[in-house]
Amino acid sequence: MTTTTYDDTSVTVDDEGFFTDPGQWTEPMAQQIARELDIETLTDRHWQVLKFMRTEYEAKGTGPTVRVLGKTSGVSVKELYQLFPKGPAKTAAKIAGIPKPRGCI
Amino acid sequence: MDKSIVILGSGTAGTLTANRLRRMYDERECRITVVDQNDDHVYQPGLLFVPFGLAEPHALVRPRPRQLLDGIAYRSAEIDRVDLAAEQVHFTDGTSLGYDVLVVATGASLLPEETEGLTGPGWGEKVHTFYDLPGAVALHQALERFEGGRVVIDVADLPIKCPVAPLEFAFLADWYFQRRGIRDRVELTYVTPLDGAFTKPVAAKALGGLLEEKGIELVTEFALGEVDGAGGRLVSYDEREVPFDLAVVVPVHGGAEYVERSPGLGDELGFVPVDRHTLQHPDHPYVFAIGDAAGLPASKAGSVAHFEGEVLAHNIGRFLAGKPLDASYDGHTNCFIETGFHKALLIDFNYDTEPLPGHFPGALGLPLLKESRANHLGKLAFEWLYWHSLLPGRELPGIGSAMPEHGKTHTPA
Repeated sequence: MTTTTYDDTSVTVDDEGFFTDPGQWTEPMAQQIARELDIETLTDRHWQVLKFMRTEYEAKGTGPTVRVLGKTSGVSVKELYQLFPKGPAKTAAKIAGIPKPRGCI
Repeated sequence: MDKSIVILGSGTAGTLTANRLRRMYDERECRITVVDQNDDHVYQPGLLFVPFGLAEPHALVRPRPRQLLDGIAYRSAEIDRVDLAAEQVHFTDGTSLGYDVLVVATGASLLPEETEGLTGPGWGEKVHTFYDLPGAVALHQALERFEGGRVVIDVADLPIKCPVAPLEFAFLADWYFQRRGIRDRVELTYVTPLDGAFTKPVAAKALGGLLEEKGIELVTEFALGEVDGAGGRLVSYDEREVPFDLAVVVPVHGGAEYVERSPGLGDELGFVPVDRHTLQHPDHPYVFAIGDAAGLPASKAGSVAHFEGEVLAHNIGRFLAGKPLDASYDGHTNCFIETGFHKALLIDFNYDTEPLPGHFPGALGLPLLKESRANHLGKLAFEWLYWHSLLPGRELPGIGSAMPEHGKTHTPA
């Protein structure tokens, strides 16, 4: 657990940079996190996924997997990889300010 | 009391639940009906051994009705849908069945057609799965013909039944090709969508170390987008490629089809959401789910069904008596991991505690996360226990639903 600063505000993140308290996240922070992950601009399609991630997290306590995102977010798995090339579930969770999605076991 | 419990599915979870409930109630108190669409109960842990000629396919199959205690009604029928409002199960032959309590135990289905190209050219020839009996038999023949080249074991996506089985397959393939004297002509690669050999850090390190020791390459974070059977390539969604001469793919899994036709019953993957401790549906208190059919953050494994069964039978008893549910499943999972050369590892964990080293079930028990001959013998002995103790719904001596803590070594993070 460590702290970092986005949008001039100190937030708590885990060792891999995922927010541990989604309540600390604000929309202006998202663009800065995205840039750190080599995504220059967040488009409406990015935001559709990010908002869906947060809603799912609030409802279920964990972010969705890529397959669930592909079935339910309105964005296909192929497009999800175009939007978030380094792995949609983890990258979008990081930008959306929610904890790392729990891997299925 | 004159109640009706309907159990959909007669695999590991459905059968042991029916038998446990039958021991709790006589026929006058409670009618128990089990439904399945075919009468063959397959001992699924045995599927791993079929490709290597270590198990005879026919020895893994027994009739479903014969695994049920007297006084349990068995119905062979295809489920069309569940009408939750009317508390009725509808069958494709036009008949229906009402219930006071419904238990969904219809497991997980393989969905190979959901991955582009997986069932296309090469399927059943150089692209295989061992997750069903016909697939395991075809793979046995393919392995016998195989004289060298690139063998890839790939997990398409999670969740899957028995998440350690693909790793076991990789370990056994190393043993199998050594035994045939052609290991030096075979490149083995293990491909996973996870960021390590397994999910939890201590187990991922131990299992990843074993892959390395055995000369099996590990490719991580590979989300399978396409199988090019003709060209011999796995292609990920982020456009990485893994070439193969023989691919062993674990297809994506979903719940039973009728779940999707039953509004309000399942989630987007066809699994049934239930409270992770009580196994009761959050919106429909008359409905419970167990085993692979349940949408829980637990492994889809027989041991989970076994440990859940104890909790579920107790909670159904409380529910029918109008009392609050008080039994709590802790996510306990227990798996032998065959590593070849007559050895196996054992892992034991729950929702909160990752697989740790030590011993199971206590300090003098079987070694955890460490290869041993004793664990291999335990895995072999399990088949007898499965048919004669686990399915009949008996308690295994010294092994209860709650995960044992003593014997485990908590290493500092």
